[in-house]
Amino acid sequence: MGNRTVLFDAHNAMGARIVPFGGWDMPLHYGSQLEEHHAVRRDAGMFDVSHMTVVDLTGERVRAFLQYLLANDVARLQEPGKALYSCMLNPQGGVIDDLIVYFMRDDWFRMVVNAGTTEKDLAWLNEQAPAYGVTVKPRSELAMVAVQGPNARAKAIPLLPAAVQDVASNLGIFKAVGDGEWFVARTGYTGEDGFEVMLPEAEASNFWNALADAGVAPCGLGARDTLRLEAGMNLYGSDMDEETSPLEAGLNWTIAWEPAGREFIGRNAIEPKRGSADNRRFVGLVLLERGVLRNHLKVFSGDEEIGEITSGGFSPTLERSIALARVSSTIGDECLVEVRGKRLRAQVVKPPFARQGKAQIDL
Amino acid sequence: MSNVPSELKYTKSHEWIRDEGDGTVTVGITDHAQELLGDLVFVELPEVGEDVTAGSECAVVESVKAASDVYSPVSGEVTASNEALADAPETVNQDAFGEGWIFKVKLADAAQLDELLDAEAYSEVVESEAH
Repeated sequence: MGNRTVLFDAHNAMGARIVPFGGWDMPLHYGSQLEEHHAVRRDAGMFDVSHMTVVDLTGERVRAFLQYLLANDVARLQEPGKALYSCMLNPQGGVIDDLIVYFMRDDWFRMVVNAGTTEKDLAWLNEQAPAYGVTVKPRSELAMVAVQGPNARAKAIPLLPAAVQDVASNLGIFKAVGDGEWFVARTGYTGEDGFEVMLPEAEASNFWNALADAGVAPCGLGARDTLRLEAGMNLYGSDMDEETSPLEAGLNWTIAWEPAGREFIGRNAIEPKRGSADNRRFVGLVLLERGVLRNHLKVFSGDEEIGEITSGGFSPTLERSIALARVSSTIGDECLVEVRGKRLRAQVVKPPFARQGKAQIDL
Repeated sequence: MSNVPSELKYTKSHEWIRDEGDGTVTVGITDHAQELLGDLVFVELPEVGEDVTAGSECAVVESVKAASDVYSPVSGEVTASNEALADAPETVNQDAFGEGWIFKVKLADAAQLDELLDAEAYSEVVESEAH
């Protein structure tokens, strides 16, 4: 038996199919993954993401610490509540984890890290933080609910604490507002608008059930995966890991090279490869024939093997199979993917595949 | 609890078999199997005229979650494939024992039917997997 979030009983009451994930027993779906996917693209859905870990970092030199720890630059965070997506690299330039970091106060930043990587992330933070006098505090007593979809914010706002409702209504993208232990961020992992809400465990079930009463569909990890894949968002452990450079995982945009003098962990390893034609490309694929692309399937150009799929699946919005793949830079507009011994044609595209309720590529 | 019709035969690998009484059988996957797989998005069918052997892979059902082989419960020649599933694989989720049938086989050896599980034995298989 894995760990259970505070919403475990609520999931069962809603008919969830529970599966193990990253050491946790989590809902895969509540009946139909496809319907949950469409609910998020067309209306509003909610995900229990309490298995992810909130980590508070405090200390006078916390900003300098994060400028050293993260490949993106927290100097970009000047307004309290502002969020930034970043990779945390090892000295070899591999990705320890990807995360969102929030600026709370001059002496306080908050991170949200993946569930499956929490233990090693904390070990790494605890190794690096003392040199900067920074305190690392995991907040496992906080629950987290992601409410996503075009109508998600409108449905969630009346259910937030009164003190944050006005600010939450006017919150910019990638910004957050807090009140006591509640923390409401306009972020997500679906390619739709919405909130990620951190809140005290004791209040989580009431919030979850109130959202359901407001017509927000409970959604499992299955829909979460197809939504993020359509949105062209990477999944740690599939699309990148400690052996993968962010330069070969489509994450160049998350690396702040300027100022040139900022020495973040991993910089020395990846900077010489910046812009190199030898780097493998991270691309999107759309299957042109019937079938489903899956993780680890091999990609060919003619007879030559040129890479593999890192995340594959079915896109409910496009009604086609789609994938993210890491391939040789020589790839053209089309390639072949070997599925059960047969090589099927796929179109090479630039992700995202679908966001904001609509296809983002021409088929 | 999933539905296990008593007039059908079953395999441990979650296929169902209906004896049509004319030397042919119809094959599909059980309601339990479709429930485990989740929403189906693709079905690869056997070719009509193909010879299949009992226990061999002859079709593939793919859900949003995973691909799963379908094994032929009996040996013989494929006489029909459910082409409607190409455009509507979700039919298997909606009606696994009816419109969601996958293929039909002309039996090479009718005695193979006796080796299949009855509804009670299959229910025990499902039950034992749940624990």
